[in-house]
Amino acid sequence: MKVLLAVSHVPDTTSKIRFVNNDSEFDKTDIQYIISPFDELVLTRLLEIKEQTNNLDITVVTVGGADVEPTIRKALAIGADDAVRVDAEAVDALFVARQIAEVYKNGQFDFVMTGKESIDFTGNQVGEMVAEFLNLPSVASAANLELNGNVATITREIDGGKEVVEVQTPFVTSGQKGIAKEPRIPNMRGIMMARKKPLSVVPAVAQGVHTKVVKFSMPQSKGACKMIPADNPAELVRLLHEEAKVL
Amino acid sequence: MSVLVYTENWDGKFKKASFELISYGKAIAEKLGMPVYALAIGNVANDQLNLLANYGAEKIFHVKGDKVSKFIAASYTHAIAEIAKKVDAKVVLFDHNYTGRSVAPRLAVRLDAGTVSGVVALPISYAPFVVKRSVYTGKAFAEMQIDSEVKILSLMPNSFEVRENKVAASVETVDLDVADELLKAIPVRIEKIEGKIPLTEADIIVSAGRGLKGPQNWGMIEELAHILGAGTACSRPVSDEGWRGHDEHVGQTGKLVHPNLYIAIGISGAIQHLAGVNSSKVMVVVNNDPEAPFFEAAHYGIVGDAFDVVPKLIEAVKAFKSAH
Ligand SMILES: Cc1cc2nc3c(=O)[nH]c(=O)nc-3n(C[C@H](O)[C@H](O)[C@H](O)COP(=O)(O)OP(=O)(O)OC[C@H]3O[C@@H](n4cnc5c(N)ncnc54)[C@H](O)[C@@H]3O)c2cc1C
Ligand SMILES: Nc1ncnc2c1ncn2[C@@H]1O[C@H](COP(=O)(O)O)[C@@H](O)[C@H]1O
Repeated sequence: MKVLLAVSHVPDTTSKIRFVNNDSEFDKTDIQYIISPFDELVLTRLLEIKEQTNNLDITVVTVGGADVEPTIRKALAIGADDAVRVDAEAVDALFVARQIAEVYKNGQFDFVMTGKESIDFTGNQVGEMVAEFLNLPSVASAANLELNGNVATITREIDGGKEVVEVQTPFVTSGQKGIAKEPRIPNMRGIMMARKKPLSVVPAVAQGVHTKVVKFSMPQSKGACKMIPADNPAELVRLLHEEAKVL
Repeated sequence: MSVLVYTENWDGKFKKASFELISYGKAIAEKLGMPVYALAIGNVANDQLNLLANYGAEKIFHVKGDKVSKFIAASYTHAIAEIAKKVDAKVVLFDHNYTGRSVAPRLAVRLDAGTVSGVVALPISYAPFVVKRSVYTGKAFAEMQIDSEVKILSLMPNSFEVRENKVAASVETVDLDVADELLKAIPVRIEKIEGKIPLTEADIIVSAGRGLKGPQNWGMIEELAHILGAGTACSRPVSDEGWRGHDEHVGQTGKLVHPNLYIAIGISGAIQHLAGVNSSKVMVVVNNDPEAPFFEAAHYGIVGDAFDVVPKLIEAVKAFKSAH
């Protein structure tokens, strides 16, 4: 079995988000980059399956400039087998998804996985778009994945519960919280081996881009927190009703 | 030309989110000088379908039959695409819930449309078409311009109010063939979480963290949520420890929520937690440490021991509810 896992390179979760150039661009100063947390959980689950079945090859793909390579190497150090970088700025979800679909077509993959969402763009889009580009069935927000031969049993989160879905390869699924317990961290051996694992760089294919960021902004500052004495929660209820109008 | 709204039904019934979405669609359609149409898939009775006219839907398309009786992303995408083409939809709207997240991106590929997810308000401008959405898991917003002819948006729950706007509407049943090719991800069963309000649609959320010490202490959280008609949530360590289910974990690596009121009890307010909740309209924090970072993000705060404050708060809410 061969799986293509899309991995995105995002600011560390502790990052303070700031913008430059008239709020039109993300400020990269002092930002540490990581594998997007859901992608890392998916990679962990795939490694568990690889160890159980002895039959899974994991290729990671990232769309981005040369600056994303440390993130790709980290995925290799955690245990992916090889990697592809599509050499282009990730301008929007449709563009990224099209590139991943091309990589799929040029390889011999049995299924594709992505994270539920990237923690920068937070689009929740790329996985489903890849599926439509490839005309494949898709299952979003997988909180559990079992592979039995070429049949996957996926538990996905839905509004108000869970749904169990069965699908045969080839398919696309996006993973979320629950798919693995704790993300794996690379060990020394993994880091050494990662240096020798193949990372190929391919050019992007043309894809129309329909969306662009005009301007970023920060949430409005809320002003000081209004403090209410601990022995008077009734005052809180009154304020929530009369002032905030949320009760 | 039209604005098309995908209205999701739950066992044949619509929820408030669909009425919000049609109201939102109507507001956009007026600006663009187009009618707004609704689309429902699955088995829905006519009296339910007619409800959609209360918010401005002039035509209601109803796709039904065995092949669409269960949600499958590929087949629903196909059905919505067919209707969108038929009515020459220029804007197609979804709720940013699990279904919207599965279908809107697929439809964007199908219709070669620009799409923006997690939109939080009416468009900022119509030509060019610019909408505001949350990015960086709620840490910031982006104004996004969409340049394609067809535009697809998914709206964050609780972002727009229901506006009554009754029109005379017709219901059109559509017989649609769905190729077996599109029915390959087979839903086997659904496990509903009974008696709980899904976080993605809760107006009020009561959330608790490690300050509660252990799962045995959640009774008061559930009681407070119950009397407020709220959903319950938790911080990540609480779900990691297995004190509460994963479905309750909010924050950067859990769910991004957008309620009117978020009440955080015994949660410190780490940046990853705040990321997922700080687009709530109003935030209240109860914490025994006056230095807890959550106080900087919240609108209202009580410094105190949760085990003392929450029971009193429950009494105060009960008194309020019986008076109103
Ligand atoms: C990659 C990454 C991703 C993460 N993603 C998330 C995420 O999505 N969501 C998330 O929540 N966290 C996330 N975290 C974890 C986050 O950094 C914090 O560790 C976590 O939010 C802390 O949870 P907490 O506030 O419940 O617990 P604590 O930090 O232990 O805080 C408990 C709070 O309760 C208060 N308290 C104690 N006793 C009482 C009492 N009797 N009455 C009232 N208050 C009391 C304390 O003063 C304290 O402020 C992430 C971390 C990382 C590294
Ligand atoms: N630039 C990228 N390169 C590779 N994969 C990506 C990229 N951006 C997003 N993805 C994948 O798509 C998923 C969803 O991202 P998004 O639609 O941006 O929320 C992520 O979890 C990744 O698996």
